[in-house]
Amino acid sequence: MTTTTNKTWRTICDSSDLVKDSGICALLVNEANEQKVEEQIAIFHLPNSEEKIYAVGNYDPIGKANVLYRGIVGCIADEPVVASPLYKQHFSLKTGRCLQEEQSIAVYDIRIENELVQVFY
Amino acid sequence: MNSDKQLLSKAKIVVVGNGMVGHHFVEEMAKNSDYQITVLSAESRLAYDRVHLSEYFGGKTAEDLAMTTPEHYEELGVTFKTNAKVTNIDKSAKVVTTESGDSFEYDKLILATGSYPFVPPIPGGDVEHSLVYRTIDDLEAIQASADVSKVGVVIGGGLLGLEAAKAVKELGLETHVVEFAPQLMGVQVDGGGGRLLKTKIEELGVQVHTSKATNEIVAGDKHRYKLCFSDGTELETDLILFSAGIRPYDNLAREFDLEIGARGGIVIDNQCQTSDVDIYAIGECALWNNFIFGLVAPGYAMAKVVAKHIGGEEAEFTGADMSTKLKLMGVEVGSIGDAHAKTEGSLTYTYENQPEGVYKKIVVSSDKKSLLGAVLIGDTSEYDTLLQYMLNAIELPESPEGLILPMAADKPTLGVDALPDTATICSCHNVTKGDIIAAIDCGAVDVGQVKSGTKAGSGCGGCAALVKSVADNEFEKRGVEVKKDICEHFAYSRKELFDIVSVEKIKTFDELLSSHGRGLGCEICKPVAASVLASVWNDYILKKPHLSLQDTNDTYLGNMQKDGTYSVVPRIAGGEITPDKLIVLGQVAKKYNLYTKITGGARVDLFGARVEQLPPIWKELVDAGFETGHAYGKSLRTVKSCVGSTWCRYGVQDSMTMAIDLENRYKGLRAPHKIKFGVSGCTRECAEAQGKDIGIIATENGWNLFVGGNGGMKPRHGDLFATDLDDETLVKYVDRILMFYVQTGDRLQRTSVWMDNLEGGLAYLQDVIMKDSLGITDALEEQMAAIVGSYQCEWKTTLEDPEALKRFQPFVNSDKSDSNIQFVTEREQIRPARGEEKIAVTFIPSVENDATEKEAVAEEA
Repeated sequence: MTTTTNKTWRTICDSSDLVKDSGICALLVNEANEQKVEEQIAIFHLPNSEEKIYAVGNYDPIGKANVLYRGIVGCIADEPVVASPLYKQHFSLKTGRCLQEEQSIAVYDIRIENELVQVFY
Repeated sequence: MNSDKQLLSKAKIVVVGNGMVGHHFVEEMAKNSDYQITVLSAESRLAYDRVHLSEYFGGKTAEDLAMTTPEHYEELGVTFKTNAKVTNIDKSAKVVTTESGDSFEYDKLILATGSYPFVPPIPGGDVEHSLVYRTIDDLEAIQASADVSKVGVVIGGGLLGLEAAKAVKELGLETHVVEFAPQLMGVQVDGGGGRLLKTKIEELGVQVHTSKATNEIVAGDKHRYKLCFSDGTELETDLILFSAGIRPYDNLAREFDLEIGARGGIVIDNQCQTSDVDIYAIGECALWNNFIFGLVAPGYAMAKVVAKHIGGEEAEFTGADMSTKLKLMGVEVGSIGDAHAKTEGSLTYTYENQPEGVYKKIVVSSDKKSLLGAVLIGDTSEYDTLLQYMLNAIELPESPEGLILPMAADKPTLGVDALPDTATICSCHNVTKGDIIAAIDCGAVDVGQVKSGTKAGSGCGGCAALVKSVADNEFEKRGVEVKKDICEHFAYSRKELFDIVSVEKIKTFDELLSSHGRGLGCEICKPVAASVLASVWNDYILKKPHLSLQDTNDTYLGNMQKDGTYSVVPRIAGGEITPDKLIVLGQVAKKYNLYTKITGGARVDLFGARVEQLPPIWKELVDAGFETGHAYGKSLRTVKSCVGSTWCRYGVQDSMTMAIDLENRYKGLRAPHKIKFGVSGCTRECAEAQGKDIGIIATENGWNLFVGGNGGMKPRHGDLFATDLDDETLVKYVDRILMFYVQTGDRLQRTSVWMDNLEGGLAYLQDVIMKDSLGITDALEEQMAAIVGSYQCEWKTTLEDPEALKRFQPFVNSDKSDSNIQFVTEREQIRPARGEEKIAVTFIPSVENDATEKEAVAEEA
């Protein structure tokens, strides 16, 4: 993991852009390297859950497409999850672990500060 | 050579006759490979289903009725000869010889020669259009005669006579039944039942003449023949069909000195052996305990006994229950055990409801403790319970009359625990309670698996409710909770959630979750709730509170493809489209470079649209007059149609207009699963309507309605629900059926499975929809009217809502597109690029050292 230098909290959008109990997608562009590198993250807003806001990688490693933000969110045995819209596997929003297969997705630190949604990258 | 040797060493079994029972014996015996079986049949066809013979006139072919094929017998290693009438049996040399002179050695000989129709010796009866009803050849003769006849008379008012009358009626003739006895079906039904049966049969347009003995048949004045009865009356007819009982085909046995009963029939013992121990007789040619069984089930039982006995197992035929339940020309008739109360000291209870045409009688022992018999006419719903009482000698409740009284407050239902393991639950497939328990022992975890494992309930379906209660009872005993919960968040089935939402007037998922659920929900309960809320309230599905409940297909109003793009499918009702609109589709597809394909549902599918392209694409389509096609929804998809009487030389109704009207009526309706219709303009069925959830086929007089058809993984033909409906009634029934399905169907349950799981099956659904047995048809129609009245094109509404359009922007913080979506060209159109064809752009963060790394698209080169 050499892509990110100078990690810091960066603002993504307004908290009003979030959709309750659903996901949106953001593009992280890391210009620290010579090459511009794009990362897609899925941001989920679950106001009734413990942490309220989660950010994970948007790429579905099983379906091999950038779609996870379009999945339905909920919980499986109290673990907040998103279900892949392609083949319905569950990914934990806390750990990124897939509950059905040996796969994981990245998890990002995310917070809401002064009505702004910020990701640490 | 080796195989010849093996053949030589095998014991030889020769079976004479290849009717249903002879064939059943072959199947049973062939399970044991130690024997070489040879079948000799005098008929030109191998075994076929005589029980369903009358369906030959309902469109079934000889192939449909066939029970086996030459290939099947070859697979079983069975040698067979048709047109091979046996004319000689040499018992000492153990050889049979056929008419053509071929000889066959046997170690064991099985006579399964069956029976022939008895034709009473009436003077003048042996004329050209005097026929019998027994074989497919007979049916062909009847059909040919009917073509040149107007009136048909069936002589004989027994079970087979009424079946024959049904066939004559279906051939379009004025139909009469003449019975010597004072009542119909005298064997199975008592006097009271017979009277009611006569009334009901006459209501169906068949004239019944009882207590009539035919003295002679002479030339008629208006019609071909005249029957002269002993009481001086006469009846003119063109066609005479004898169905006056059967006689055993015992001539071979008679000729070669096997013991024969005084009134015919080859005498057999409990092992079905004749007076020669190496010769067995089974089926309708056999006389057991001075009785000939004219039903197929006892014949099957005999066949099993013989196969076991030859194989060295102990087996015994000890008689058979002759109880029957059937539908004669739509009239339900049931007869159990001692229907005539012949047992000494027996007592009877009778219930008769003339206005509704229902007659029920039970016969009980003198101590009122056990059931001896029963007669049911017009309503056989208690048949299963009564039969179990009798077969298993279960003690009757204190007031046995409660078993047949309609208003009995707490009608005694038979606890399934009371049934012994040997109790037959499904008589079509001979499945006992023990078989069901064994299926559960072997891992069946729900009623569906029990049914598919044992075949129980898959014949006539009459036992479906009993199968379910036996299985559920067993599950309960084992502590297996019969769980209908849709997921861990709701302890309810879809139907229960539907009721909760309607009754408590719940309008959002949050309300539903906080009042009846737990946790946050999931991808199972959320779409179910969305579907139920849409069915009950028909709100725009992307309204804020419903937005997060939808599957991605519903959220983006398109079908997600493997690469995350969507397909675009506008509605083309009935497949009818103007050239101008077709051009618009082509122009839009070209402009946005979409892969274009004609679908199986007669519309056009455009693939490869990115989320952000969906609104502009749909704007162009909506502006040109298109609407959403709901290809993404659990809702009405297409109504497939032929052009019908408008263009087609054969069409008898305007199927095109009907298809378009129906598609426009039900578009947007949310259901447990997708729904497809088909409308065919004539019986040629070019629209394949019988393979659709709702199938409609034009007739000369209106429309035939089929329900529960399906293509796909488990093809199923729809059940014929109603015939010759006018437009208005057709729509009314479809309204009710669909709404009932929407309310009671399980999550992702197509109508085919829904039908299979309805307790009481087709007959129950017909009662609910056509007879309003639940008193809900008005409500069903109202609900449908509300949904039809509040239809909106979801794409049109979405395009007018800036808030909703925000969802179609791929990134919240950028105007870029997903660079991982890439296409290559194939056959002059786009297709998604495969992993190795893609150009790396996006970084996929690697997680630990998992397997994805290898295939991650964007690993730097």
